[in-house]
Amino acid sequence: MAGIELSDVRKVYPGGVEAVKGVSLDIPDGEFVVLVGPSGCGKSTLLRMVAGLETISAGTISIGDRIVNDLEPAERDIAMVFQNYALYPHMSVRQNLEYGLKNRKMAKAEIARRVDQAAGILEIAPLLARKPGQLSGGQRQRVAMGRAIVREPEAFLFDEPLSNLDAKLRVQMRAEIRRLQRKLATTSLYVTHDQLEAMTLADRLVVLNGGRIEQAGTPMDVYERPATLFVATFIGSPAMNLIPVGAAGGSIAGLTGLDGLAVGPSVGQTLGIRPEHMRLVEEAEAAPGELLADLTVTGVEVVGAESYVYGALPDKGSEIAVRVPGYSHLEPGTKVRAAAPLDALHRFDSESGRRLD
Amino acid sequence: MSKAVFPNKWLPYLLVAPQVAITLVFFYWPASQALYQSVLHEDPFGLKSKFVGLANFQSVLSDPAYLNAIKVTAIFSISTAALSMSLALLLATAAEKVVRGRGLYRTMLIWPYAVAPAVAGLLWMFMFNPVMGTFAYMLRRNGFDWNPLLDGDQAMLLVVVAAAWKQISYNFLFFVAALQSIPKSLIEAAAIDGAGSTKRFWTIIFPLIAPTTFFLLVVNTVYAFFDTFGIIDSVTSGGPARATETLVYKVYVDGFVNLDLGSSAAQSVILMAIVIALTAFQFRYVEKRVHYA
Amino acid sequence: MIERHSIGRPIAHVMLVLGIVIVAFPIYYTFMASTQTLQAILRPPLPLIPGGEFVENYGEALFGGIGRIGGVNVWTLLFNTTVMALGIAIGKIVISILSAFAIVFFRFRLRMTFFWLIFITLMLPVEVRILPTYKVMVDLGMIDTYAGLILPLIASATATLLFRQFFMTIPSELVEAARVDAAGPMRFFWDILIPLSKTNIAALFVILFIYGWTQYLWPLLVTNDNQMNTIVIALRKMVSFADADTPWHLVMVTSILAIVPPVLVVVLMQRWFVRGLVEAEK
Repeated sequence: MAGIELSDVRKVYPGGVEAVKGVSLDIPDGEFVVLVGPSGCGKSTLLRMVAGLETISAGTISIGDRIVNDLEPAERDIAMVFQNYALYPHMSVRQNLEYGLKNRKMAKAEIARRVDQAAGILEIAPLLARKPGQLSGGQRQRVAMGRAIVREPEAFLFDEPLSNLDAKLRVQMRAEIRRLQRKLATTSLYVTHDQLEAMTLADRLVVLNGGRIEQAGTPMDVYERPATLFVATFIGSPAMNLIPVGAAGGSIAGLTGLDGLAVGPSVGQTLGIRPEHMRLVEEAEAAPGELLADLTVTGVEVVGAESYVYGALPDKGSEIAVRVPGYSHLEPGTKVRAAAPLDALHRFDSESGRRLD
Repeated sequence: MSKAVFPNKWLPYLLVAPQVAITLVFFYWPASQALYQSVLHEDPFGLKSKFVGLANFQSVLSDPAYLNAIKVTAIFSISTAALSMSLALLLATAAEKVVRGRGLYRTMLIWPYAVAPAVAGLLWMFMFNPVMGTFAYMLRRNGFDWNPLLDGDQAMLLVVVAAAWKQISYNFLFFVAALQSIPKSLIEAAAIDGAGSTKRFWTIIFPLIAPTTFFLLVVNTVYAFFDTFGIIDSVTSGGPARATETLVYKVYVDGFVNLDLGSSAAQSVILMAIVIALTAFQFRYVEKRVHYA
Repeated sequence: MIERHSIGRPIAHVMLVLGIVIVAFPIYYTFMASTQTLQAILRPPLPLIPGGEFVENYGEALFGGIGRIGGVNVWTLLFNTTVMALGIAIGKIVISILSAFAIVFFRFRLRMTFFWLIFITLMLPVEVRILPTYKVMVDLGMIDTYAGLILPLIASATATLLFRQFFMTIPSELVEAARVDAAGPMRFFWDILIPLSKTNIAALFVILFIYGWTQYLWPLLVTNDNQMNTIVIALRKMVSFADADTPWHLVMVTSILAIVPPVLVVVLMQRWFVRGLVEAEK
């Protein structure tokens, strides 16, 4: 059916800059895939290559079993939702929605049916006669999506569509997009730099860095078993705590309980543990088979329902964040003890960043 | 991010073709002809031409009539620019002060822009013509010996007034825009600091509209050089005794009336150089002007 | 407003009214003269109130039979001038908008070459190249033709630069959305670019129409046949201050007729025009 397949796709700009360095990805029909990564990682470039707005330097891209490398965007049966909405300012909302269909010489009745249907789904029917300039940001975003929906394409392409909305609206629209995609079951490729957005929207998440895929998997996969240091720190907020294993080899100042591990940590490795997997404990509370860390509090961040306590390991050790429910009143300088189950520990090779196990 | 483009390869050539064609035929071909012609000397019967290098330029530049034309053009440009711009600035500041009727005033002051320079010249000539001009009559009745047909300075005065009159609206529009773009807060701050109206004008407003003033200076100069041919031809035909013969006018007279092609071409080339210098000057100093936040 | 006291404002009004008087007076004067008899005109001072000859003079100029104005019917003159002004305005807008479109929205090998080629023409107004351009006209057989009047005057780049500047402010995403919406370049041009350029086009139209209407030197050179004169040229030719034969009353009428159309255009399209002028030259 209409999946998207990327095979060893590369993009080299004139001047030699390589933005995408050999990406292969298989997106089955109906899946919602999110490309996520920091600025400059190549995610937008990749999306635009799928759309046909950037040329492909090497590799192939197929949409629905057709290789589309040499096809114009209009011929690829895709629809795109742009970051700045890209609505035609001098046309009414209705005309904006109709434009792509009119250009494809669709019958008037069919166009009207699709526009009204999309307007219904997105609840923008009362706005049809207005011009984009008279709409709010959220409304414009809906119209932009409407323009994509009426096309009933093989794939939706989203280029950071929520970046220009305020935080509250973003949360609301996120849920709407998810609901919409589930309902329409159209293959979707979505680009964002916001890892939270990526986690909540994706069926599958693709983390990109420096033009390459660091990891592709379900949100849970990526969260629970990050393949590289980069993914580990990129996904999850606050970021995973990293503790490099130094010259002392198997032991790290302030940490006890490491002997409970099947394979002890060695030099050149980095241990990782998420703040949400840690908790503050009293001296006596430690359970066997747990990791214990003695920390000196350096700061506390109160978020509302929870707080994050930052503390440093002794001997100028790494700073660790611990998630604490409720309001924490701890003062900097206090000595505390944190515990975490051993199986929540991640282990990476410090140099290559690769996961070790 | 570079500008989004369409991928067509041949279409763009088709789209620029009309302009390029016209530019080549009606601009580059004549311009190169002028260059070519300026280093030739045609014999009186127009039968043969001889390459004479820079001889035409030399004779032009040493011709007292040409130097006169340079003087005339300079005086004419500066006077016209000064007169036109000061009047326009005065009116623009007045327009800034009034609240009611601003639109109406602007409409009423725009007219001269639409009047052909040649017609403007005629109108003024008509009013000041020694034979039947009403104002000439009034001047003479009050003891003034007014005869621009004989007196070079008076002819120049008339031409300058006519040219300046025509430019008032253009300058006015720009000054109004410039004045409106000055943040009110600056003026208010100065008022609080005790600066009176005149002082505020010269120390705050005038410097802030300097870029516009500069720009208009260049535009007015170019206008005085070229667009005023019509005015001069209507009013004085370059006379009396070349008193109002500007550089452009001389090119015309030498080329079309006296049929001295080589000299006229050389003069054209010199004019081209002056214009290029002016345009380059404008682009360098005016386009990169300082922005006042 | 800072000063609440009264002096500044009335003085300003007075100055503006004076300004209007200075600006409007020559035209008013001419209009008054156009309603007087020839004899009244020749004897200064001219009365400042309308004379009784309005119908008579205008009637004679407009409907008095062929050749009232320097041997040519005034309608012919108006027609020629209109054709020339419209030709220049429309012609220049069309070729410039197409060129600017090509230069901004495509990448092609000679793009920069053409850009500079066109840009350099900014430097030289027609007055500087009159002789050789005249010769080109002769060679191409365009003397005494409308094409000859129009074409050399649309060769400069001012409009192209204006459009280019404006086109560069069009967001890239709009072009991309159009591509995804199956709009080819020309469709994009027609459906999206032109509607967005409306104000620029309107302003340019006014500026170019005036430019065309008020041309003097070039039409003077390129037309020999009086029937091809523009109204401005004919006006000039009619007048000889020394010659007693000049029909002054008709000259006045013709002056007014030469002034009215462009003034109407400016006044009616004032809003776009002012906006366009001030932004255009910047």
